[in-house]
Amino acid sequence: MTEITGIVYYRAFVGIVLREVLRFLQQRERFFSALVRPLVWLVVFAAGFRAVLGIAIQPPYQTYITYDVYIIPGLIAMIQLFNGMQSSLSMVYDREMGSMRVLLTTPLPRWFLLTAKLFAGAAVSVIQVYAFLAVSALLGTTFPAWGYVVALPVMMLTGLMLGALGMFLSSTIKQLENFAGVMNFVIFPTFFLSSALYPLWRMRESSYIVWQLCTYNPFTYAVEALRFALYAKIDPLSMLIVAAALAAFLAGAVWGYNPTRGFTARKGGPAE
Amino acid sequence: MTTETANASPAPPAVALAVAGLSHAYGERRALDDVSFEMRAGRFTALLGPNGAGKSTLFALITRLFDTRAGAITIAGRDLSSTGAAALAPLGVVFQQTTLDLDLTVRQNLRYFARLRGMSIRDADKRIDEELDRLEMRERLKEKVRNLNGGHRRRVEIARALLHDPRVVLLDEATVGLDVPSRKSIVAHVHELARDRGIAILWATHLIDEILPGDDLIVLHKGRIIESGGVSDVVARSGAADLDAAFAQLTRKDAPAEGAAA
Repeated sequence: MTEITGIVYYRAFVGIVLREVLRFLQQRERFFSALVRPLVWLVVFAAGFRAVLGIAIQPPYQTYITYDVYIIPGLIAMIQLFNGMQSSLSMVYDREMGSMRVLLTTPLPRWFLLTAKLFAGAAVSVIQVYAFLAVSALLGTTFPAWGYVVALPVMMLTGLMLGALGMFLSSTIKQLENFAGVMNFVIFPTFFLSSALYPLWRMRESSYIVWQLCTYNPFTYAVEALRFALYAKIDPLSMLIVAAALAAFLAGAVWGYNPTRGFTARKGGPAE
Repeated sequence: MTTETANASPAPPAVALAVAGLSHAYGERRALDDVSFEMRAGRFTALLGPNGAGKSTLFALITRLFDTRAGAITIAGRDLSSTGAAALAPLGVVFQQTTLDLDLTVRQNLRYFARLRGMSIRDADKRIDEELDRLEMRERLKEKVRNLNGGHRRRVEIARALLHDPRVVLLDEATVGLDVPSRKSIVAHVHELARDRGIAILWATHLIDEILPGDDLIVLHKGRIIESGGVSDVVARSGAADLDAAFAQLTRKDAPAEGAAA
């Protein structure tokens, strides 16, 4: 019988991350759809707006930039948001199909298992983001070389935060059929009410209320943290808010998957 | 089980799993009511009950998918409530639904589980080969689980439950949906696990032909244990001709519940 030592935690962590990466690599359609979505925005949406929308100088930019450069951090966060939702969808599916039970009946604390799963999802999102950045570079949108390096830990943090949001939501979704509704009510407001597509100052000029909503949205700070990181800079306020949101969503997810609430009790008990 | 009928020996085998005064409810509906029993090492215990008897709820409590609110569960001497998840270390589980990852190979699935149990890859591969050899599945190691039939998937799940040398293995309706030869083969293999490796087996089923005369038996009905002991003792006490008739008699709609067995 294995005692629960540090090496057990380490091996379990590696196992959970490897499984998610392997699953991702096996699912080619998922990989391509993860790439195509932001590329459509970059190629079509950004090309159109480039002609009509100039971006004034604002940190971290030191000169005027084109719209495709502006939109890239938002699209990175979009990839991670969709990945977080995809992970939460697969958690609801796994819960209904039973494979979550294998994870939750291991002799390790639930908070650890959920955190490891969160890291696994974030690692997968980072793979997707770098693939997207590579294609973007081929299309001519590049960043300073150091930015690609500094952005890695920031991407992990934003990936964790958005994954934790998905995990928290998955703990509250009773059935797979309810997921589409959540997608509509979470993904779109989260993405559009942020600085992903337009700078906040421009948002404020057009609607004060919308601007206020954007400033309350943690996704805005994920986008801004990524924007600075791509120029090898750190925006402390954004990092702090992203970290705080991560802690809050993760606490909610751990609470949601707490056995005292019953793993499937909300559905009226397991099938006999 | 407290009522031993076979393998008489000077000292009884150690208690591998003890459940005492366990109750659970879904809102107003009581799924388990004061359930108590013990399982000893090397014994095959059949948990027999019709659909809705509370078998899966009992499994969910033992595996800590649900928290224990009333009663106690002790696995290999460790109390589940006070020890927490670590108490699950000596436990292997085969769930009613398939819980393998269909897109991964047999080896990838088993390695994933082995890592979750803290095993090194070298140990994991050695144990994977051993267990798959026993189940005549080693040649399927590199195949995706999606390509396996139901019986073979079940065998992989049984191999997975044994990788970490558990002292107790729970199997929840492990033969559901399988053809007769696969069912017989799996039932025989699991009996061997108890007999040859000293593992305490809890086999939840509603199929009486999976239970052998030398097994221990717990009959669960409407959330309560209405009979327990060696299979032959249960049949003898009921006065019925065989276990089939005894079970029908015990679970008749108007049969009085006899309370939780010790």
